[in-house]
Formats: sequence, structure tokens, C-alpha cells
Amino acid sequence: MVSVCMYFQVHQPFRLKKYSVFEIGNNHDYFDDVKNKEICKKVARKCYIPSNNVILDLINTTNGKFKCAYSITGVALEQFERWAPEVIESFKKLAETGCVEFLSETYYHSLSYLYSKVEFVKQIDMHKKKIKELFGLTPTVFRNTELIYNNELAKFIEDLGYKGIIAEGADHILGWRSPNFLYTPTTCKKIKLMLKNYKLSDDIAFRFSNKGWNEWPLTAEKYTDWINSVNGNGETVNLFMDYETLGEHQWEDTGIFEFLKCFPHRIIEHPDNDFITPTEAIDRYTSKSEIDIHNFISWADIERDLSAWLGNEMQHNAINELYNIEKSVMDSGNKKLIEDWRKLTTSDHYYYMCTKWFADGDVHKYFNPYDSPYESFIAFMNILNDMIVRMKCKGQECIISEKPSATIKSSNTK
Amino acid sequence: MKILMLGWEFPPFNSGGLGTACEGLTKGLCANDINVTFVLPKATPGDAPKHLKLIVANNVYLDSDKLKFMEVNSLLVPYISSDEYNERIKSKACLKEGDMSARADDIYGNNLYEEVYRYSEKLKLIAAFEDFDVIHAHDWMTYPAAIKAKAASKKPLVVHIHATEFDRTGGNVNQYIYDIEREGFHAADKIIAVSNFTKNKVVTQYGIDPDKVEVVHNGVEFTNYCDTEHIKKDNDKIVLFLGRITLQKGPEYFIYAAKRVLEIEPNVKFIVAWSGDMEGFMIKEAARLGIGNKVLFTGFLRGADIDRAYKMADLYVMPSVSEPFGITPLEAMRNGTPCLISNNSGVSEVVNHCLRVDFWDIDQMSSKILACLKYDTMHKELTNNALREVSRFNWNEPAKKCIEVYKSVL
Repeated sequence: MVSVCMYFQVHQPFRLKKYSVFEIGNNHDYFDDVKNKEICKKVARKCYIPSNNVILDLINTTNGKFKCAYSITGVALEQFERWAPEVIESFKKLAETGCVEFLSETYYHSLSYLYSKVEFVKQIDMHKKKIKELFGLTPTVFRNTELIYNNELAKFIEDLGYKGIIAEGADHILGWRSPNFLYTPTTCKKIKLMLKNYKLSDDIAFRFSNKGWNEWPLTAEKYTDWINSVNGNGETVNLFMDYETLGEHQWEDTGIFEFLKCFPHRIIEHPDNDFITPTEAIDRYTSKSEIDIHNFISWADIERDLSAWLGNEMQHNAINELYNIEKSVMDSGNKKLIEDWRKLTTSDHYYYMCTKWFADGDVHKYFNPYDSPYESFIAFMNILNDMIVRMKCKGQECIISEKPSATIKSSNTK
Repeated sequence: MKILMLGWEFPPFNSGGLGTACEGLTKGLCANDINVTFVLPKATPGDAPKHLKLIVANNVYLDSDKLKFMEVNSLLVPYISSDEYNERIKSKACLKEGDMSARADDIYGNNLYEEVYRYSEKLKLIAAFEDFDVIHAHDWMTYPAAIKAKAASKKPLVVHIHATEFDRTGGNVNQYIYDIEREGFHAADKIIAVSNFTKNKVVTQYGIDPDKVEVVHNGVEFTNYCDTEHIKKDNDKIVLFLGRITLQKGPEYFIYAAKRVLEIEPNVKFIVAWSGDMEGFMIKEAARLGIGNKVLFTGFLRGADIDRAYKMADLYVMPSVSEPFGITPLEAMRNGTPCLISNNSGVSEVVNHCLRVDFWDIDQMSSKILACLKYDTMHKELTNNALREVSRFNWNEPAKKCIEVYKSVL
């Protein structure tokens, strides 16, 4: 029997303005809300609403046999509340069906696990509260930002009481294992690890519309055959992807919605197959072996490691400087300051500073609201400098009479 | 394949990027087994014998078995304006006061336009007895000569455009030069532009079919090992402008940005290297803005001094109003200095690891200058990545592309 477990990631960062040096000390408005609003509404129209409708329809027409999971970041939810409340309504309807699970993650989609466990726990807590408040549900399965994972993280999450955790089924950690079973992390006793089947996931997420792919066009029949062939070789097929795949990365005219409407029916035509949520998978199936993942893995880029966000000195510099002022920011007690600081922890800001393969115009460039990684670094650091100025004024309303000249001494981190 | 190449200048006797580009291209072509005969205007010092009208080129020499230079006696120099030409011919006339055997204006044209005509007549003769397959002409001064050479030899013509009259004048074109450029574009079998930026100008301003224009970005030649060690003089940061101080290069934006930067960060020096018709204006502007002691003018630089200028700088700024390509950022990058480049340039089409700005946006320009001087990590990233990136620029690729263009017209 094969259980298909689909989880969709929903996230939008609060993108920064092209904040110039001259604004330091004068302008405490960091986020490009004009652009953020525009993008939020656009993606709602092209992806979130139509996709939610398809999913709701699938649940209804399969009498609840179709199930899936979402992980929606706190910053995305905030933006929906402000600019696209119909998206929240639409997710609420999905929650009400009882066939949809919500996962737990950091509210701000941050790398805080790597820099401040205290902040990490706070952000998880904030997110849990938000999900409960909006959808009436409490998550039991956790996914870290960009599926960044290792043994220690698994233990940490187990200690927080979660029964399951998600990671990328990267080749270099699988060894002889297949991602189609559950495993127990080396450091843990109870928590179960679900690994993404990257081949089948990326067939939809990346290759679906690629006419140069030798399997194009991907029909529901073909895809169902591939999933069926896992029978006997696996228990769960974990299809994890960005929700924007549906309608944004893969545009409507590629036929992605038709595919989505169709293949779940094909899957459950086979009586041995079904769709399950992550929690159901964890309750039903046993862990087949332990798995030792010492170095961090992720689902980003070819390397599937941390290099997308922490691959160069600029990225290290920016994130270190941010967490250097964490204590002062929290101690200030200034709500706005703390909220602004937290919005800067979002991993996307560091993603934009990546210079890997910049010359080959890769996927980082596509998502980058700036002209270059250097410009994103400049905006970030200028903003950070302004935060420091605000703190010097003890978080009160700040009027600077003279232009600040000496600001952050960039530490050369190695 | 043999190419008759018409140029204006050649290093070390060059005053701008055109000579450097020609040198690189010819070397690239020769390395790809192409024979080049390079014809240059060069004013012969001293006497000009009457029999010159029979001898077309008085200096022919071989650089290698593939490259041959021919110098045609002419007062034409690159970028020369009509006024400057008149100055030149007057000074030539004075030198010959005592020598009644030849007056300069017997030999050279009385003004720039006559000289261009006279030069083109010479080329007609060269075309008649030289052996070649394709004519390749660089920029407007050679176009009349190239057209005559094509007619005389019946060989195909490729014209290369490094800078148009629009780039040089910001729209206030000299009708005579514009007409020559237009005639050259229409007479050519194929046109090579140094960037998409330039190709667009050719298509929109001269009425040329885009299919006729090929884009071949310039390369850059680094023959010597370059020591990128930064030369530090004192605690001041240094921001460099290096280029002809003329309208096209946007020097005034550099000065205005300097003023803004100095308001925030006084420990910066701005160096303006090279000279040009706007130099006097720049010096006065700097003084007027009260930053005269922070803006230093070096005058014309050559050879090793140029490298030294790049090495001393913490940032190189190219605020060009209209730069068809722009080799200087590549030279800066190669010397371990990061660049801030105008969006209105051909080179910004091919370089990734640099900062970019609209030349008129003084706020952004000064903000980025400040950021580059302040954030050491970014400065280091830019420098290292730029150094890596520039090492893949060479003249082999452009030469190969030119060869494809030659093949397409044969």
C-alpha cells in the first residue's frame, strides 16, 4: 500500500526597501509595503485562491479521501490579513473539512535555530498561537525554515513535544535508504522523520512545464504509474513543495491545475492507495531504522545545504550583526522595534545576498527584488544601522539633528 | 583570411579606449590565424616631401607574420573636434616657417572635413594594391575611406561602431559626422556594435535593420601578471574617476556625488584622472562646492600610472552618460578595485559583480559610494568576485565572433 503525503509551503517575506545611507537616522520605515502588497495580491490571485479551490473541490469530490498539509508562515498570514483576507477565509474552509493539517514552523521563517535558540522557541510559540487563533488547530509535526535539519535539531524538536519532523530526502544522507519510509533520528527516541521524495516532488515543482524534459508532458496517468510502482518498495510517498508551484512557478497555462484536479482521483482508484496527512502517516507507520544526519541539510539549491543563505562573507556579516543586537532590541521593550528586528530574521533577506552562480542568472536572481546581491546587502545593513540609532535613543521617537557618520564596524567573520 | 583594418590609433600612442580595443581585437584575430593589415593616420614629424602624393604610406612595418601596420600621413587624431583640428594645422604651419619646400596645409586638409576626405582618397589607393578579403573599419573617421576602399576593391565591408555621435554629444549631433556615420552603416555589409546599448542607438537613430547589426562585446587584455595589492597612502579612502573629462563620461555627476559623500564622510579623497575639454569646468565646480581640497586632478595618465591609480582606489566610479562599452571598469576590477557603473553603458551588460546606478541619480550614487567604503565585507566580496569574473574576459571570444561576421559577408 502506498500513502501519498502532500505538504505545501506558504510564505511571503516582508521585503525591504532600497534603503539608502541617507535615510539612516531619518527614516524608520524599512519595508517596501507597496511592493509587498502588490506581490501578495498577485500571488493570491494566481495561486492561493485557485489552488485552494481545487484542493477543496478534491476533498469534496473524493468524500474526504484526499488529504494534505500546509505550513503557512506567520509573516505570510499577516500579509493576507492586511491585503488578501479572502485567502485566510479560503484556508479556514479547508481547515473545517478536517482533511487538512497545519504544520509548525518559526513565525518569521527565520534561521534563528542556528543563532538563538531562545528566539527560535519564541517564534515557534508565536506561530502555534497564530495557527490556533485562525484555524482552531494545534500542530504536532514540525518543519524548520527551508527544511534545514540535523540530528540536534530533531532532538530539540522532540523535546518540545512534537511527534514528527520533516526534512529533505537528499541523496548524500540517504545512503541505502529510501525516502518512502519513516525513520528515527539518531539522537531521538520517539519523534519520526519524514523525508521528501525529491524526484517525484520536483517532477511537479520544477520539471512540469519543461518541454525539454524527456517525460514531458506529465500526465496524471503517467505520474500515478510512478507512484503505484512504489508499492512494495515504500509506505509513504512524500510530495513536499512550495505552494506557489501551482499557478506561479508553473503557470496556469501549463495545465498544472488540470493535473492537480486529476491525479488524486487516479491514485485512489487503486484500492491500495490513499492520501494521508503527516500526523496520520506517523501514527500509522513505524520507523524502519535510525538515521544519522550530522551536518545540516536543506531543500535549497543543488547542494541541499546552508550555502544559499550562509555561503559568503556578506551573509555571515549581516546575520551576525543582526543577532549581535538581539539582546538590546529585546531589552528595549519597544514593540515596534522588536517586530522590525524579527522581520529582519526572515531567511529571504540572506538568500538575496547569495553570490553563488550569480553570473549564471539562476533561481536566486529570479526571486530577488534587488538588482544584485550587493544591493540587498547594502539595504539590509543600512536598515540595521538605523535600528542601532533607534536604540541609542532608547527606542523613543528619534529626531536626529546631525547626520551619523560612524556606524557599524563590520566585523570580519571567518 | 586577410583583413584590411582601418583604425585611428594604436597603443602606446592612443588617447582613449578605441586604440586599446583595436589592439586587443587584432591580437585576438592574429591568434586565430587571421592576417591583418592595420592602417592608421599618423602625422609625420618634420618634413613632408612633395613626392608624398605618390607614396601613400611612408611607414610600413611588420609586427609579426600576421600583423602589418601602414601609417598614412595625416593630421587626423581620434576624438578631434573641428576647432582642435584647426589648432593642429596652424601649429604645423608655424613649425615650417623656415622651410619653404612644404607648407603643412599643402599636404593636409584645411579643416577636419577636408582631411577626412583626403585620408579617404589615400585609402582608395591602398585598397587598389593591397591584398585582402574583408574591410573592417572602426568608427566614423574611417568610414569615408572604407566606403572608397570597398568601391575600389569590390570587397565586402564590415563597419565597427565603438561610439556614435549621440554618445559623444548627448543628442546635439554634428550633422556632418552623423551623415558620415549613417552613410557608413548603410554602405556596410554588416555592422558590429560593442554592446546592445549601442546596437539600439544604431537601429533607432540611424534607421538600420537590427538583423544587420551584430553585438560583439569588447574583451580586455591582461598581458602581465597584475599585482592587486592595494596601495595605501594614508587613512583616507579614495574614490576614482578615470576617463576623458568630457560630457559623455558624466564627470559633473562624479563631483556632485563627491559633495554628498563628503557631507557624511569627510575622510574620502576623490581623484579625477585624465584630462579633457571639461577639466577646467570640473576644477571650478569642485572649488565652488567647497570641496576643492578633496578633489584631486591628475592630468593624463599612461601605462603603469593607470594601474597604479586603480590600485590606490577603494572604488572606481564610471558615471557615464552614454558609454557604448567601457573598458575601464574591467581594468579596475583586474587591479582589485570594485566598480560602480552607470546603467547607460555596454559593459554593465556583461559584468555581474559590480554596483550599478543611473548616472543622474546623485542620491543613489553617493549612497552606494558610502556603502562601498563603509561595509568592508561587501567591499571584499565585490573585489574578489570581480577579480574572478574579469579573468574570463579575453579577446579570443570577440575575435571569434568577428570572424563569424567576416564569414557571413564573404
